[in-house]
Amino acid sequence: MLRLMTTDSRLLLSGNEAVACAAYDAGVMLGTGYPGTPSTEILEHFSYLGGKAQWAPNEKVALEVAIGAAFGGGRAIATMKHVGLNVAADPFFSVAYISVTGALIIVSADDPGMASSQNEQDNRHYAKAAGIPLLEPADSQEAYDLTAKAIEISERWHIPVLLRLTTRVCHSKSIILRKSLPQPPSAPFFQRDIKGRVMIPSNARGGHRKLRDRLNAIAAWNENSGLNIHIPGDPSLGIIASGIACMHAREAAPKASFLKIKMAYPLPVETIRSFVNQVKRALVIEEGDPWLVEAIRAAGIAVEGKAEMYRFGELNVSRVQRIINQDASPEPVPPAGKLPQFCPSCPHRAVFETLRDLNCIVAGDIGCYTLGALPPFEALDSFVCMGASIGTGLGLRHVLPAEQAQKVVSVIGDSTFMHSGITGLVEMVYNPPATGHVVLILDNGTTAMTGLQEHPGTGRTLDHKPTGKIIPEDLAKVLGIQRVHVTDPTADRDAFRQLLSESLASRQLVLIIARRPCLLAAKLIRKQGRDPHSSSAPKKP
Amino acid sequence: MKTTSVVIAGLGGQGVLTSADILAEAAFITGLDVKTSELHGMSQRGGSVTSDVRFGHQVFSPMVPWGQADCLVVLESTQVDINRPVLRKGGILITPDLIDKKDLLHHRSMNIALLGALSRHLPDIAEPAWIQAMRAHLTAAIQDVNIQIFLLVRKSQA
Ligand SMILES: Cc1ncc(C[n+]2csc(CCOP(=O)(O)OP(=O)(O)O)c2C)c(N)n1
Repeated sequence: MLRLMTTDSRLLLSGNEAVACAAYDAGVMLGTGYPGTPSTEILEHFSYLGGKAQWAPNEKVALEVAIGAAFGGGRAIATMKHVGLNVAADPFFSVAYISVTGALIIVSADDPGMASSQNEQDNRHYAKAAGIPLLEPADSQEAYDLTAKAIEISERWHIPVLLRLTTRVCHSKSIILRKSLPQPPSAPFFQRDIKGRVMIPSNARGGHRKLRDRLNAIAAWNENSGLNIHIPGDPSLGIIASGIACMHAREAAPKASFLKIKMAYPLPVETIRSFVNQVKRALVIEEGDPWLVEAIRAAGIAVEGKAEMYRFGELNVSRVQRIINQDASPEPVPPAGKLPQFCPSCPHRAVFETLRDLNCIVAGDIGCYTLGALPPFEALDSFVCMGASIGTGLGLRHVLPAEQAQKVVSVIGDSTFMHSGITGLVEMVYNPPATGHVVLILDNGTTAMTGLQEHPGTGRTLDHKPTGKIIPEDLAKVLGIQRVHVTDPTADRDAFRQLLSESLASRQLVLIIARRPCLLAAKLIRKQGRDPHSSSAPKKP
Repeated sequence: MKTTSVVIAGLGGQGVLTSADILAEAAFITGLDVKTSELHGMSQRGGSVTSDVRFGHQVFSPMVPWGQADCLVVLESTQVDINRPVLRKGGILITPDLIDKKDLLHHRSMNIALLGALSRHLPDIAEPAWIQAMRAHLTAAIQDVNIQIFLLVRKSQA
């Protein structure tokens, strides 16, 4: 935290705070993103430092806004969790063909081990698939330095750069030395470049070739970029590693030789070849998919990888030791902790009690309310990805026999609705099931799950200032939804139950907005003077 | 100097993360290399939370390997068993049982009381660093009472 800054600029920061700090120090003009653990604190800290930071309705829009800022010659950063990049994949792939004028940094915070995610996808694949350079810090100092490096690379080659963090980089604190970073070379100014920025096929064909030329140039540069560090040691074991895995490995094998890769795409092939030639046993230690090991082997370099069992979950020092010892025996299973649950007076409780009592088939979504899947409710039957509740609910309605179809309800949170639920409502009006449908928006006035962030429905900006407000009931009426109800589910349980039963029986399209503020959010909103930096639950002694 | 590893465990809302921040800050003020690791997200809703803090000359992994914690601080008795395996042989377990109720001047300060007990086992961190760290991480209204509790516990346990 910067308020603890000492005069020599030695700071104890999380990886997320370090990225924000570097962005601020490098004069990044706009930070945009959508909340998602473990990425959320990057923009919050950027804002806290005085940077211009905004929550977009979703990651696709966030990236598009950042792209525009970079077209205008500004330095821009778009932040998201790993699955957010799926939402933003369309602009992500296309912008690779386009010359950006300013710097464009995309931060993907991956969650190996799924501490709080629905999958553990490894977003290094995206770098290669789109042709976007990839930087991977291992601690907060590297997060700081590589953010600055990403800006340099982006501006030098007019290419977006993917900064890939993982949970244990984002949420680990370590010491950084803050530096004075190079400032933007010029002020934003619009320069027309129709051929370079309008991706019609005739321009995009050239754009693709230009991208490959740039990647070749960056690959050559990366051989001597100073980003891939040879740490000499005992040549009987040579470890090639990147990100947090390298930290675990240095502790697990303190005497080994290391090649630490900070820029894994485009891969520094010759640097790796010469390292492998100097050691007796060359072993790749990486978290997640066997991505690095396959890339190195594809370059014709023989290296050893890990057993398949280590694809799953996070690595740690003990697991790395096992990989080094080629130990693929079953691992001890850590005892399960206590599962999270709804806060005692959470308004979601009333809704899930009712859904359970009415024996509804619930197409669910993601947020605190996903806890409705756990006992004592067990009243949430599916969750795929953000916004999927409406589409999956409609799909169920289309095929199920009428007596089951009539029990299907789509349940979605207010932030999730803004993120990707609106197009679901459009689908419902356009392709209504024969039995009608019921959508329930759980409007607790915040993005609770990720730590109480604002969203377009709260009418407040990232730093809690008043702004335009999207009203879901008005939106639904304009879309032509026949029945729209707004109700407080906790005020009168029987009335709520009756409303839901009647809606299910109506065979019409119904939107029910269950509106009751999250208690934690209400508390924070009341004391506006709060430290905006601590976005999560209020500080305890 | 060997790396010291501490794990702080409890349930969401008990102040695990604040305790870890204070310990890390105290080591940082002392001039040591420090790394912490914690999990946010789902765990905030009353679920199990742990936070690792490691300090020394040079710390690599931010996570304390199983069986290698020098100290384990547990804020909630139900969480002792699931966390015990992280402790090394001869490592120190610190639980609410150790706290004399009369030292607990504020009902929400068990985490700080336990830090007071922990501090006795961490000779590398001097008292002023602890106090400075608490001032940095606790809101003004609760600083003094918590520092008082910390010092009471730190001194009361022989
Ligand atoms: C594409 C994507 N982006 C971000 C997330 C992280 N995330 C999980 S739930 C959630 C929103 C929760 O807010 P809301 O829908 O309002 O429900 P609440 O938690 O308030 O009940 C977010 C942002 C995600 N899982 N997927």
